Amino acid sequence: MTQIILTLFNGLSLGSILLLIALGLAITFGLMNVINMAHGELIMIGAYVTYVMQNLFLNYAPQQYFDLYFILSIPIALLIAAGVGMILEFSLIRFLYRRPLDSLLATWGVGLMLQQLARSIFGAPNVGVQSPSFLNGGLEVGTLLFPYSRLFIIGLSIVCLVSIYYYFYRTSSGRRVRAVMQNRQMAECLGVSTRKVDLITFAIGSGFAGVAGCALTLLGAIGPTIGTNYIIDAFMVVVVGGVGALFGAVAGALGIGFFNTVFEYVTNASLGKVLIFLLIIAFLQWRPSGLVTSRSRSLD
Amino acid sequence: MLKLQELEAGYDESMVIRDIDLQVKDNQVVCIMGRNGVGKTTLLKTIMGILPPKKGKVIYMDTDITKKRPSHRAKQGIGYVPQGREIFPKLTVYENLLVGLEAGTEKKIKEDVYTYFPILKDFKKRNGGDLSGGQQQQLAIARALVANPSFLLLDEPTEGIQPNIVQEIQEVILDIKRTSQTSMILVEQDLEFVKNVADYIYVIDHGSVVYEKAVDEINDDEVYHYLSV
Ligand SMILES: Nc1ncnc2c1ncn2[C@@H]1O[C@H](COP(=O)(O)OP(=O)(O)OP(=O)(O)O)[C@@H](O)[C@H]1O
Ligand SMILES: [Mg+2]
Repeated sequence: MTQIILTLFNGLSLGSILLLIALGLAITFGLMNVINMAHGELIMIGAYVTYVMQNLFLNYAPQQYFDLYFILSIPIALLIAAGVGMILEFSLIRFLYRRPLDSLLATWGVGLMLQQLARSIFGAPNVGVQSPSFLNGGLEVGTLLFPYSRLFIIGLSIVCLVSIYYYFYRTSSGRRVRAVMQNRQMAECLGVSTRKVDLITFAIGSGFAGVAGCALTLLGAIGPTIGTNYIIDAFMVVVVGGVGALFGAVAGALGIGFFNTVFEYVTNASLGKVLIFLLIIAFLQWRPSGLVTSRSRSLD
Repeated sequence: MLKLQELEAGYDESMVIRDIDLQVKDNQVVCIMGRNGVGKTTLLKTIMGILPPKKGKVIYMDTDITKKRPSHRAKQGIGYVPQGREIFPKLTVYENLLVGLEAGTEKKIKEDVYTYFPILKDFKKRNGGDLSGGQQQQLAIARALVANPSFLLLDEPTEGIQPNIVQEIQEVILDIKRTSQTSMILVEQDLEFVKNVADYIYVIDHGSVVYEKAVDEINDDEVYHYLSV
């Protein structure tokens, strides 16, 4: 019984991490159909922002306020990643909306450049980020221990999801985004500045990559290639969930997270990874357009 | 209000609009007629800015807007009801109307669009894509009206719609003409209705104007001659 609960919890925990790293991509790739290979590097930026914040607090803030660095890192990582996303959209992506192959190559190049930049600034070796003290330890229930850091990530992914939902379905700016994604030409004819909407939407997707990077510092050391470790997972979640369906990503992330945990439990880590890939391939044979199908005619 | 000068437009290689000069005066309703495929929709798309012209000018309220984006034109007061309605399928009826507000300065949906089309109030929360064709057409017109346009482009608003809704839509168009200052270009196939609503008509064939006259001077037989296949 305890083993089942623990496996479920680990599945949920992995699912929430996958969701967090895929949410931004569900917007830029899922909604806007931009293949942004630099998405992983936006995650990396979020992680390094957290690292820098930690160092700033270590050096300049009184000891008792140290934990605040992490809370502050989340919005700051969001803003900085969104800003980088905006620059990326404005200088590159907007010329490549109708050319997926070109945007794949170009953003891959940008990703490599950003990695190199991180290497020059922070050095090639991984650096550690000290978790805030309130996330050390865990919640004990009987003989079970649920680490606070994992619980925090689950909570954070829910908060991100709710904010995204609120933005898209309850604000006028979000309504404009949905209108543009459903019928770009007509939205433009009704006075919606589609250029501005593209820029903002891409910035938001990038911003959530930054938040994911911030959360990843809770799980281990970070380095210039942290993004490449996660980009495949992120694309997998979006494709399984259904391109264009934001909430398919939730099902995709939880599904992959859960099966992955189960497979790793009954076999071992590497075989588990192989099995999950096979499962995804089989699944996509059966439902090529993912769990939740929603046609997005975004950029035609 | 609107002047088209030596306008040429088309898709890729094929030229659809060939050298059209056309004028709409203030408060005037201009009807455009012509057989299927002669380029009426293409002309409206060029006026709206969806299709960049190969040659010629679009002059709106004495300024050259030939190079402006559709959103700019919408904000200058041009409302567009396209053929095929182009409703946002996954937005509710109400949200579709709210997007219509983007072009204007109003913050709220005026009650009079619901007076024109009461069904839109009843179906407020439904997805646009779940409405019938006729209801979508009413929504498309209402969506253009909420921003208080000073110039309306209507592309066959009664095409493929059952008679009593056609009636309703024609009443609304007549009412807009009577009660507001809005100028219009209306693409329409029904000569009886055209004679009711228009001040001036143009008949287009093969992308050029082949017949134009003030409505009280038109000769039905001549018009039918151009419209028959
Ligand atoms: N997107 C497009 N790409 C290429 N050719 C097009 C496109 N849209 C229309 N055409 C062609 O341009 C010509 C004019 O089409 P248009 O839609 O303007 O005609 P129309 O007068 O509005 O006809 P209808 O009465 O059927 O609405 C047609 O020959 C059509 O095949
Ligand atoms: Mg047409």
